[in-house]
This record gives sequence, structure tokens and C-alpha cells, in this order.
Amino acid sequence: MREYLPPRSLVLTWIALLGLLTATLTLAYVPMGIYNLIAGLSISTIKAALVVVLFMKLLDTSPIVRVAAAAGLFWLAFLFSLAATDYMTRVDSHIPIVERER
Amino acid sequence: MHEVAPEEQFASMEQQADVAAFGMWVFLATEVLFFGGMLLAYAVYRGSFPEGFAEAGRHTKIVIGTVNTVILLTSSFTIAWAVHLAEKGWGRGVAVLLGVTALFGLVFLGLKGVEYYQEWDEHLVPGLNFQMEGPHGQAVQLFYFLYFMLTGVHGLHVTIGIVLVAVMAVRAWKGAFTKDYYTPIELTGLYWHFVDLVWIFLYPLIYLVGRSG
Repeated sequence: MREYLPPRSLVLTWIALLGLLTATLTLAYVPMGIYNLIAGLSISTIKAALVVVLFMKLLDTSPIVRVAAAAGLFWLAFLFSLAATDYMTRVDSHIPIVERER
Repeated sequence: MHEVAPEEQFASMEQQADVAAFGMWVFLATEVLFFGGMLLAYAVYRGSFPEGFAEAGRHTKIVIGTVNTVILLTSSFTIAWAVHLAEKGWGRGVAVLLGVTALFGLVFLGLKGVEYYQEWDEHLVPGLNFQMEGPHGQAVQLFYFLYFMLTGVHGLHVTIGIVLVAVMAVRAWKGAFTKDYYTPIELTGLYWHFVDLVWIFLYPLIYLVGRSG
């Protein structure tokens, strides 16, 4: 019967995910300017890494599977970085100039 | 119980399972870019209208959003547990956990519906009834356009996930899988986790923006 129980690694991952959710929710109410966004996205990245490694077990798969997964992030990085070369260097445009949050 | 043998184009069951996982991850990579395009639009407009987005974020339903995050994280745990039992060949246990996972998905959609209803009531639906006075009205409308687009497409993924998980639950209950063959359970798990991953990023971008202001 005990063998039906979830392995410790899955339980700990779940608890860690809920803990990180509490952290991101709490931090969002602390005024930190741009660091609110940085904290939110950093915590999301940590949560995503936990899900990918411990729930989806990506690191236990064969190299070609990991290459396929990495390709998604690789092209996402291209999408954002090449778009940024445009939007972050615009001097005049119909879109109001980016006013940085302090 | 019949002998499990790979399809003729594969050398072994391991290779067959590996190719299936490869296909799923390639699909998920395309999904990353599908959601990535919308997230890029969000980034550009949030950069252009930081105050409008902060104002809009304060109108989102933080309690429902947070409860739904807990539900999706927990459903990822239950389906990971289901895959673990599938590895050991316990069909009934797998079926029960998949059923629980699908149920979590339904609760998520139900709460999302309540949320949409409240937003409709508050005239926050662009193109249908959006109404907001003040200097940031236009930017708030832009946020809600992206909000309905992102959560709508995500909700569609949850719906597809529920159907997949429910079908797998029935198949597992009927004994379609063994410890030597449970690839469909594994792949359904990957898809469900991906839906959770998207939500993990949507949560701070939708619900937490502007909370400290």
C-alpha cells in the first residue's frame, strides 16, 4: 500500500512551488519599483525550472529531447532580443517613448 | 496479456518511447513561441504604458488568480504522481490520479468563468463593453485585450488538457497500460505541465502588476 504514496521528490517540489507562490505574492505588495517585475519573473523562472526538472524530468531524457526543449528557449531568446533592438532603440514613433519606472 | 513489442520502424520499446517524447518536446517548443509572441506584445506595451498597465493590474481578481495558481500547481503534482505510478504499472491508481487532475482543471475553468463574469460586470471587456474614464483608460483597455487573449488561449489549452487527461484516465482504468508501455500517460503529463508553466509566467504579469503602487 505504501508504494502508492508519491515519492519524496514530488512532494517536496510541490511544497516548494507553493512556497515560491507565497513569496511572489507577498513581494508584489512591497514597493520596489522595477525590482517588483524582476522579482516576479525571477521567481517564475525558478518555479518553471522546478517543474521542468522534477515534474517533467527533462534531465533524465536523451540528448536529442533536451536539444528540442532548448530550441524552444533559444528561438524565444531570438524573438525577444531582435524585437528589443527595434523597440528599445526607437527615438520617435507613434508609441510613446518608453518611460522607465524608477 | 499480450507481449509488448515496438512498431516495426523502431528497434526497441525504449527507442519508440524516446521518439515519442522527442515529438512532444518539439511540439512544446512551438508552443513556447506561440505564447512568446503574445508575451512579446505584452512586454512592448507594458514598456510603453507602465502606469496604464499598473492601473489595469489593480483591477484583476487577485484572489481567484492566486487560488487558480495553487490549483494548477497542485494538478501538476497529481499528474506527476500519476506518471510515477504508471512507471510501476498500477493502472487503477493512475486512473484515480488522472481523474483528480482533470477535476482540478475543471475547477480552474469554473473559477476563470466567475472571473470573466466579474470583469464583464465591471465593463472591462474590450470590444464588447469596455468603459473607463481617466488618463489611462486606453492603456487599460490594451492590457485587457492582451489579458483576454492570453488567458483565453491558455484556457483553451486547459480544456484540451482536461479532455486528454480524462481519456487517459478511462484507458488506464480499463488496463490499457503496463509498466512497459505507458507513453501516452507520460506525454499527456508533459502537455499538462506545459499548461502549468505558461500559467506560472502569466500569474505575475497579469495579477501582480501594479500591486505595490
